[in-house]
Amino acid sequence: MNQPVRVKTLKIDGRDVSGREDETILEVARQNGIFIPTLCNLEGLTPIGACRLCLVEIKGVSRLLPACVTRVEEGMEVYTQSERLQKYRRMVLELLFSERNHICSVCVVNGHCELQSMAQILGMTHVSVPYRFPRLPVDASHERFVVDHNRCILCTRCVRVCDEIEGAHTWDVMGRGIDSRVITDLNQPWGESETCTSCGKCVNVCPTGALFEKGKPVSERLKKRQFLPYLTMMREERR
Amino acid sequence: MTPEELRKLAESQEEARPEPRHRIKICVAAGCLSAGSDRVREALQNEITQRRLEGECEVKGVGCLGLCTAGPLMLVEPDGVMYQNVTETDAADIVQSLGKKPVERLVCPADMSFFTKQYKIVLENSGVIDPEKIEDYIARDGYTALARVLEDMSPQDVIDEITRSGLRGRGGAGYPTGLKWSTVAKAGGSRKFVICNADEGDPGAFMDRSVLESDPHRVLEGMAIAAYAVGASQGYLYVRAEYPLAVKRLRTAIRQAERLGLLGNNICGTTFSFHVDIRLGAGAFVCGEETALIASIEGKRGQPRPRPPYPAEYGLWGYPTLINNVETFANVAPIIRNGGDWFASIGTEKSKGTKVFALAGRVKNTGLIEVPMGITLREIIFDIGGGIPDGHQFKAVQTGGPSGGCIPEQYLDMPVDYESLAKVGSIMGSGGMIVMDETSCMVDVAKFFMDFCVSESCGKCVPCRVGTAQMYHLLDKITSGQATMDDLALLEELCDMVKYTSLCGLGQTAPNPVLSTLQYFRDEYIAHIVDKQCPAGVCQMRH
Amino acid sequence: MSKKRIATVWLDGCSGCHMSFLDMDERLVEVFQQADLVYSPLVDLKEFPEEVDITLVEGAVSSEEDLHKIRMVRERTKILVAFGDCAVTGNVPSMRNPFGTNAVLQRAYLENVTLHPQVPREVIPALIEKARPVHEVVKVDVFIPGCPPSAETIFLALSDLLADRMPDMAKLTRFGA
Repeated sequence: MNQPVRVKTLKIDGRDVSGREDETILEVARQNGIFIPTLCNLEGLTPIGACRLCLVEIKGVSRLLPACVTRVEEGMEVYTQSERLQKYRRMVLELLFSERNHICSVCVVNGHCELQSMAQILGMTHVSVPYRFPRLPVDASHERFVVDHNRCILCTRCVRVCDEIEGAHTWDVMGRGIDSRVITDLNQPWGESETCTSCGKCVNVCPTGALFEKGKPVSERLKKRQFLPYLTMMREERR
Repeated sequence: MTPEELRKLAESQEEARPEPRHRIKICVAAGCLSAGSDRVREALQNEITQRRLEGECEVKGVGCLGLCTAGPLMLVEPDGVMYQNVTETDAADIVQSLGKKPVERLVCPADMSFFTKQYKIVLENSGVIDPEKIEDYIARDGYTALARVLEDMSPQDVIDEITRSGLRGRGGAGYPTGLKWSTVAKAGGSRKFVICNADEGDPGAFMDRSVLESDPHRVLEGMAIAAYAVGASQGYLYVRAEYPLAVKRLRTAIRQAERLGLLGNNICGTTFSFHVDIRLGAGAFVCGEETALIASIEGKRGQPRPRPPYPAEYGLWGYPTLINNVETFANVAPIIRNGGDWFASIGTEKSKGTKVFALAGRVKNTGLIEVPMGITLREIIFDIGGGIPDGHQFKAVQTGGPSGGCIPEQYLDMPVDYESLAKVGSIMGSGGMIVMDETSCMVDVAKFFMDFCVSESCGKCVPCRVGTAQMYHLLDKITSGQATMDDLALLEELCDMVKYTSLCGLGQTAPNPVLSTLQYFRDEYIAHIVDKQCPAGVCQMRH
Repeated sequence: MSKKRIATVWLDGCSGCHMSFLDMDERLVEVFQQADLVYSPLVDLKEFPEEVDITLVEGAVSSEEDLHKIRMVRERTKILVAFGDCAVTGNVPSMRNPFGTNAVLQRAYLENVTLHPQVPREVIPALIEKARPVHEVVKVDVFIPGCPPSAETIFLALSDLLADRMPDMAKLTRFGA
């Protein structure tokens, strides 16, 4: 140990909590059983603050800050459940549902989809913005896996796990704004990818039915993610 | 090269040059160039050759002369006559008239308030020097600020001088430059970087392009001084690839400065070394956002990341990085030469110095202008801009591009500074200024900027990626007469949400054009929705 | 106290929500002690009546007829309930939207038909460009997601509405449930 780790004390929703100086608000909240919703975040991958569900209010800070990348500070007063935040979070979900074709009833992960359950947790019963109904492709060229862009929420977990954990960097994002799309290699069919190791990590970290394994009934399409924190922990220790 | 040698070089440049009796300075910046100034220049040269006047007559390409609307522009010396709208066929008459009565039909009155109301610091050399000759820049005190800094100022002295000047970031947000420099200077790290943000992308804005095309050395000198102040030895100029002329002149300028020892290793014979490389942007507006720009230089997808940590602490490749805009760097050398107090004496209490604007839209004189902070919008639009052409009525002025807002007539006498513009719902921005008359539909204007944001959103965060597309859809519904008041309420809700939840400045400010037009021109929205009519007669209603 | 007037309407849906409604079984008796069913595909009435207290709408708005019907229903109803995922989100009927009406008609009536293939122009109402959730066409007061919502969900929601309470649907059901 080179330097002693400093511990910061702070308040989250009025509760006194403490965390290491290198921990984020989200990590400390979870250790203390305080729920902050997330979608793009996944333990074991670099947080990117993209989905905006984990935005929190901090006393004395005019901006809302994403809990997944904001470090704890001494004396911080964090609020995670204000009415304003809840409204914004529901709107984020509504925007996601309106963006592509999320038809839960016929989706391969109906019942164990993070987007679907987040809508229920956050009390979203309908989408108030108009649905866009874009026409999007499904790539089933890989022998074991399928990517269905209709269900993708662009959280880039697949991109990160492939790059950071598997080291293949098969996945990336192409296009801008509303036209963004995850691609394999240089937008070649997944089945023709020369970098894909078929490890299946991307499928397991995908929060929705955008990435799934062929030939399994819906009830068996549970995503297995225990490997992630374990892998990262082992790597840290080796270092 | 030592500072002493630089001074000698400057003097010798002045002397060695055989002073021709007549000199025609023709603008070769992009505006006049696209109006054919290169052809006029050639015609003039031919005319001079034919008349065997090479010895006493020189044609010189210079940077922007400002009044782009009347290009190609040229300045004849020593007669002091300015000509406008010149074509190849005018060449003979112009050469013929040198030293005699000017060609009346081409004269551009230099006493018009377009020229007299301006105050030039950033553009002091624009239209005066040949941007492709370092000697011209040195002859106008170029690089003396750098030499002085290296000779007898400590990095802290430089930062103090910049802080004293009150200079604020000219990219739009107005962050105090001195504070930024001192933060980077204090940051620990084995390496540091200086980046010049030349990814100018607001529709209709071309301030930075003009500076780079007209006076590239000024920016390099500013960067070198900044590098000395913060302790960096490598700089990057991030320029849009759509600015080929600026890039070409920058490359020339860097080569020239390196040859004279004003960039590179051991600058001016000191231990200070600073290298500048150019990085071309692929045309993404979001790469003007500093963290996206850094990602782009690193070879990654140009997407912003949450701040903090700020680049001053964790920037390019993780090292402390100073990022300033072109115009900010262009102010540095004059501040060092004339002192921070001199700069602070210009402008208002909180906004010092001048600001360059690209004046466009429904005004008589469109072009590039530099005005002292605190000047009123009315002076800019009606004195410098010459008012609204064809007897039309002023309606609003848009500042800050897609991040800014529309300011109505009642605020015309407001001083132009960071705080005042923000107070009325717009921003200073990088300097785009678009004037609109009663033939402009404000809902349509808001839709135009939203369309821009939709195509320029990087797609990383949900509010900006989907929110802008939904807002555009609603604006389209309104402008086509298909919307209800519920749609308007939804639009306002989305504005609020996108503004407060987006990851970077692009999304956070994307609702501004809608919010400001709703604030001042709500009745136009209502007319589209309730009466199914566009008061300005711009929008086509679908029934 | 007078009994509440309930109606149910079937737009573009599979009738699964109505089946789930019938799955309330003996609790239907409980419901109809407090209310009368004044209009429904389950009962034989041709005209949608005036002054209905609660109308459950199953299905997305897909055709000219749906459009006409839902506007009339809205006018004659106090509390309009989007009943099931098709009404709430567009669901399966909306899966045609990315392809356009023409492509769908071609596939259904021409490409997959061997005997006298032709697109019907009479009797069957014309499709509108996109199948829409009900609230994109008229104002909706209560949303009951689910494909279909369970009988339990429907019963609890109706019980609340009959007692003049707004049900908290997120606790009871979700999209695709």
